[in-house]
Amino acid sequence: MVFPMADRTPVIVGIGLSDYPRSPHLDAIGHHSQATQRALLDSGMAKGDIDGYLSAGMGGGDSESPVSMAEYLGVDHRYIDGTMTGGSSFEFHVQHAAAAIRQGLCDTVLVTYGSDFLSRMGRTLGTGGFGREGQHVQGPAAYEAPYGNTLVGAYAMAARRHMHEYGTTSEQLAEIAVGVREYAGLNPNAMYRDPISVEDVVNSRLVADPLHKLDCCVISDGGGALIMTTADRARDLRQPAVYVLGAAGGQTHWHISQMPDFTTTAAATCGPAALAEAGVTPDEVDTVQLYDSFTITVLLLLEGLGFCPRGEGGAYIAEGHLRRGGDLPLNTDGGGLSSCHSGMRGMFLLIEATRQLRGQAGPAQVPNCNIAVACGSGGWLSCIGTVVLGREHP
Amino acid sequence: MTIEVRAVETWTKPIPAPDPVSAAFWGAAADGKLLIQRCPSCGSRQFYPRAMCTTCGTDPEWEEASGRGTVYTFTVIRQQGAEPFKGEVPYVVAMIALDEGPMMMGNVTGCPPEAVSVGLVVRAYSVEVEAGVGVVYWEPAREGR
Repeated sequence: MVFPMADRTPVIVGIGLSDYPRSPHLDAIGHHSQATQRALLDSGMAKGDIDGYLSAGMGGGDSESPVSMAEYLGVDHRYIDGTMTGGSSFEFHVQHAAAAIRQGLCDTVLVTYGSDFLSRMGRTLGTGGFGREGQHVQGPAAYEAPYGNTLVGAYAMAARRHMHEYGTTSEQLAEIAVGVREYAGLNPNAMYRDPISVEDVVNSRLVADPLHKLDCCVISDGGGALIMTTADRARDLRQPAVYVLGAAGGQTHWHISQMPDFTTTAAATCGPAALAEAGVTPDEVDTVQLYDSFTITVLLLLEGLGFCPRGEGGAYIAEGHLRRGGDLPLNTDGGGLSSCHSGMRGMFLLIEATRQLRGQAGPAQVPNCNIAVACGSGGWLSCIGTVVLGREHP
Repeated sequence: MTIEVRAVETWTKPIPAPDPVSAAFWGAAADGKLLIQRCPSCGSRQFYPRAMCTTCGTDPEWEEASGRGTVYTFTVIRQQGAEPFKGEVPYVVAMIALDEGPMMMGNVTGCPPEAVSVGLVVRAYSVEVEAGVGVVYWEPAREGR
């Protein structure tokens, strides 16, 4: 008698978002918990089914560390991963969880994220500086801290270099913010929903040249959770399975002053690797959920992933591909630029890609959506993780 | 001394804390020298200083740089919530490509932000912010320097 091999193809079967963009009633742990409850409900799985846990920690100190969160949530795990690459952590988590599920290290994983940045810190994140007055700074940060750079300034230096080398314009970058805002108008929870124009973006005040206020993401509260399991287990669950077709990550630097050429990110290596694993070409992708901390982030990821040749991102964006009705709709939840960015947006990219592939995106639904790419950027364009998701079994 | 050391009356910005490797760099900057590292094995130059060559893993050696470079990219910080930088906006944060190859971050001073462009030739100077700790700054290079 021959038993067929169990199908351990990794799939996403549950997603949950906690209350956003303003949630003064929740702390970081509250976001993790609420998102977990909602992902469990979405999947139809029991909490006791979870035997793997991944999260990145960040703002909540030790109480939000992966091991402390596993205790708090009561996850009895046999696989745990606390990879912290900044905003792209969750793309790396999917890569690691997919391998662990395939390998049989665990069957069902929970990935969680939660942040109360807006309620706890206000809007200081992007322009609060990295050093405190008169503070002694150790390690590699000491080579930057005396100079008063900001988070926005780091991305601005990449934008400036891209403009210098390739003639990219502020208007081309602005087109990204305009398109994402159109989708935010379809999301009742989005922080900003009123339409904006290219003129609105380029006429908004400069925060760090050449980036304007409307080139920058919002600062919000928010969290999310994912549940992944095997294709076998997914068969009798509540939601249509979304298959992890490919996942890869890479790093070029951590501190912005170590970025090799300021126009190339690790998307140039991990993007093609993830697409190759999935066996798809860029023109087969139906929607992209790209990290939009700033407009320039999207442009650099698009070029790295291979949706347009290096240096041609500005012209590609201006052609309207990324708009609603275009052939590669971008950030259909309203993105970090207009809807929700609580510090590490990578989780929301995966959740929105899953929603699109399930056909549950309501008025923002991309027609015939079969393949979606989520690409997160962590740090200062430092650590990039790419996940290719699909509606059909590979 | 290849780079000018300028006095500062009070220093309220973050202060680099020397470690076993970086102490030589910060000390040299306070003495008017800009140090980078060169690998005796593979010849690679690197900044910031590390305990090993990032290319081949060998112990690097110190090398004195000329203190000349060009602006590779830059931004003008116009919004900054942290003291004391808050009171200095607008100011330029730039990546400087040293003539020797490596890049380092710094402020370009001595000219209005509008005068800074990619490719601008700049020259280093330093400020001793604490005993044995020099912070390197840049300004547009003048004729003959």
